[in-house]
Amino acid sequence: MRRSPLHELHRQSGARFTEFAGWEMPVQYRGIVAEHEAVRARAGLFDVSHMGEIEVGGRDALALCQHVTTNDAAKLAVGAAQYTLWCDERGGTIDDTILYRLGAERYLFCVNASNAAICSAWITEQARAFPGARVVDRSDELGLIAVQAPRAAELLARAGGERATRLGRFQCGESSVAGVDVVAARTGYTGEDGFELFAATADLSALWSALLDAGRPLGGEPIGLGARDTLRLEAALPLYGHELSRDISPLEAGLGWAVKLGKGRFIGGEALAEAKARGPARRLIGLRMTDPGIARGEYPVVAGGRQVGVVTSGTKSPTLGIAIALALIARESVDAPLAVQIRGREVRAERAALPFYRRAAGDGDR
Amino acid sequence: MEFPEDLKYTREHEWVSVEGKVATIGITDHAQHQLGDVVFVELPAVGDRLEKSDAFGVVESTKAVSDIYAPVSGEVVEVNDDLPDNPELINEDPYGDGWIVKVTLGDPTDLDDLLSADEYRAYVEESAAE
Repeated sequence: MRRSPLHELHRQSGARFTEFAGWEMPVQYRGIVAEHEAVRARAGLFDVSHMGEIEVGGRDALALCQHVTTNDAAKLAVGAAQYTLWCDERGGTIDDTILYRLGAERYLFCVNASNAAICSAWITEQARAFPGARVVDRSDELGLIAVQAPRAAELLARAGGERATRLGRFQCGESSVAGVDVVAARTGYTGEDGFELFAATADLSALWSALLDAGRPLGGEPIGLGARDTLRLEAALPLYGHELSRDISPLEAGLGWAVKLGKGRFIGGEALAEAKARGPARRLIGLRMTDPGIARGEYPVVAGGRQVGVVTSGTKSPTLGIAIALALIARESVDAPLAVQIRGREVRAERAALPFYRRAAGDGDR
Repeated sequence: MEFPEDLKYTREHEWVSVEGKVATIGITDHAQHQLGDVVFVELPAVGDRLEKSDAFGVVESTKAVSDIYAPVSGEVVEVNDDLPDNPELINEDPYGDGWIVKVTLGDPTDLDDLLSADEYRAYVEESAAE
């Protein structure tokens, strides 16, 4: 298994580790529920260095980005970021990513750890048709630390990153935190305000330690992948491999807003246009369990005794205190009385509006 | 990590305490520590019959679903009614308030192959070293 450059620091912080996408990463430090609550109430630091970073440059950079993604990259001014998906010819999802525009001809994709190698190979192959585009996989040189939650800006400022706190939501740019050069972005995966900081792997320990020190008096703490998952699920954010896959298109996952069919041709565009015209056969919906029980990924969803779908992710929500789930359901059954099959029993659930959790509006919404 | 001397243990990390004909069953401190925050417990009903070594319930953490196995056979006479609303009792007091079920002990020889506190502690330490 690969390890983050911060592995030893995590060990010293009392982390328990798990395997994820071939990496040994912290799953928890103090405990998943405690860490989840820390992020919602105060601040949390996430080491997500296992994710991949792919830089695209040159005069054809925009054209290549447009070709491989579903969202409209032409809308990005320098210093802006957008959520966008990569699809294959069938409209199946290769990955969901954030695209950052760092310069006139300089773009950066942040891709999921589980798809980093696939994405790198895919875009390199597609770039052959764009001789004016240069693709550089920077995953090994760059690490990524996320600072999330209500006190994220305060934490960042205390760590010498005050300039980065002036970024608005989904803005990005080169900056400096604790004397370390970073690319900072006001993006995140928790449903809270927060920042993601890309830094050279050689600088990562200094950056992490500075952020930990700055966070301590604010009640900030390191957060593992366990809480990362419960946080994103409450915010109804998709996790590739669960809500998205080669067999689940962005349209079925409710991400049609990130699919701009009018932007010009892109890989999967035709298949997605057809699917949109027909109406997707399945829809991703939120569920709230009404009988005792926790729905989990891969549990069947039934209506009138017949299977109508499957749970893609589920847990007991620490913030809401109830069992919640995302489920992919046949379109015609989304409003039927539903139940989840848990160990052979049918446990009733009702449809819940998404997201399950929404934070109060703040500075990060400018 | 606690290993009370007066209890018997299984390799599946349950403990048993016997008073007369009644055996009280729970999961060990090691088990709750491995699981993390317990968020849900599935209990049998009073009157159900447990068979030694069979799964009789489930303890769920945020990330995992874990079966609980019967260390002894017997009929369930009481379940811990505090657990549905307060599953975290299993984390906070696994040998006390976090007890799971009480059964009438059908056959006392069921206890013979269970581990003593020292044997269980050694087993846990061995497994950790692997």
